[in-house]
Amino acid sequence: MAVDDRFAEDFRETRDEEYIGTRNEVITGPVADWATDFSHVEPEWSADPYPIQDDLRQRCPIAHTNRFGGAWLPTRYEDVAAIAYDTERFSSRSIIMSNFRPPRDLAPVGTAPPISSDPPFHHDARKLLLPAFTKAVVTRQEPATRAFCDSLIDGFEGRDVVDAAADYAQHIPIRVIADMLGFPPEDGPQFREFVEDLLEGINLPPDERIERVSRLFDYLLAQVHDHLDRPRDDLTTYLINAELYGQKLAPDVVTGAMALLLIAGIDTTWSAIGASLWHLAKTPGDRERLIAEPELLPTALEEFLRAYAPVTMARLVKQDMHWHGVDMKAEDWILLSFPAANRDPAQFDRAGEVVIDRAVNRHAAFGLGIHRCVGSHLARMELRVALEAWLSRIPRFTLADPATVTWSAGQIRGPRTLPLRIR
Amino acid sequence: MKVQIDTERCQGHGRCYDLAPGLFGEDDEGYGTVLGDGTTPTGEQDNARLAVLNCPEHAIELLEEG
Repeated sequence: MAVDDRFAEDFRETRDEEYIGTRNEVITGPVADWATDFSHVEPEWSADPYPIQDDLRQRCPIAHTNRFGGAWLPTRYEDVAAIAYDTERFSSRSIIMSNFRPPRDLAPVGTAPPISSDPPFHHDARKLLLPAFTKAVVTRQEPATRAFCDSLIDGFEGRDVVDAAADYAQHIPIRVIADMLGFPPEDGPQFREFVEDLLEGINLPPDERIERVSRLFDYLLAQVHDHLDRPRDDLTTYLINAELYGQKLAPDVVTGAMALLLIAGIDTTWSAIGASLWHLAKTPGDRERLIAEPELLPTALEEFLRAYAPVTMARLVKQDMHWHGVDMKAEDWILLSFPAANRDPAQFDRAGEVVIDRAVNRHAAFGLGIHRCVGSHLARMELRVALEAWLSRIPRFTLADPATVTWSAGQIRGPRTLPLRIR
Repeated sequence: MKVQIDTERCQGHGRCYDLAPGLFGEDDEGYGTVLGDGTTPTGEQDNARLAVLNCPEHAIELLEEG
């Protein structure tokens, strides 16, 4: 059998070319006016972005900032949807807004296909992943996920206060995605570092950011080599062997897709589980109702996803244009806030309230259009199982101290410290 | 009453087969499919409406028959 030489050391040199992009001055510090100077990494936004978004929706509704080299923030559902659907004028070449824009010729593949890909490549790359993430396939992970949640709760024995973000929510998606990719479960703490580097370290100096991102790809390459030596039934071996257009995938497509599955699966689901438990801890009426009516959980879960949607994406404007009342320039960022869309009163009744029996809920937590979250069925399974396991074992819980709750900064928002009193 | 899916719009969110599993299923890539010819028995009509109203892509149509 021929040796698979796609992943020889020199393939990293082609990756390095991706770092020849455009950098801009890093601007941090308090926001003067959210309409003209917004920043989603400042503490005020992390602590509570909803009043800011609601205010902007009424008075802008598309905010601008000169930070990040120029960016726009639409806040109405209608505008967010229009951008999500318009892949002709808005590129996904980079979906995490930072002070670095990868070179334009990286499109249509991008750094983490298919989330970073544009048509026509996007469709073909996505087709490779979809069969691994159908509802039927992810349902097979449910018993192991439930057993793992139970084991975490077993570990709370004898404690009155636990951190539901750090001791519970965080571990669930890390374990599930490590199993799917065939990575050692004990590497979990490293995954958390990768996630923080990629999603929260966006205002680091670009060279330091690049250095940190390359640590992730070093790890992934080591996993590829391990799987080349010992192929097994998991997504890593699947991607190594997968073919597109009659050929095996380019090495950077393999590692890029692995990066996507690892990073995108962790922070997001961790945030959704944490935000749901945070809501229930501070809203005894909703918590008691879910204990009394467990069949309501699937409906309540959709409402948590609407009201506390963890994921905001980014796009890059392809050409100068006048769009919905503003003058966008080529290479401007768009901060595509599904959380803001989900709280637009023009789209939802009682948009600012959490209504756990909301029967009609056309929310956009998993995106709209061709980039619908490929892991949405997995995320819903994890969220449901995590809440079922928690509520059945710990029906009564409250915030131990609201002042100690902290939230992640950046495009993925959820609790990172969540001390709950459980007895 | 009959349901049908606009396959150009469907992105595989799966709200239809979550909410009305008696009427919809998923294909090998997670896109929604109509079970049988889409004829909706009386007992399934509420679920059919829920599926229509919860599809984020507005991909499901309800054909009321005379």
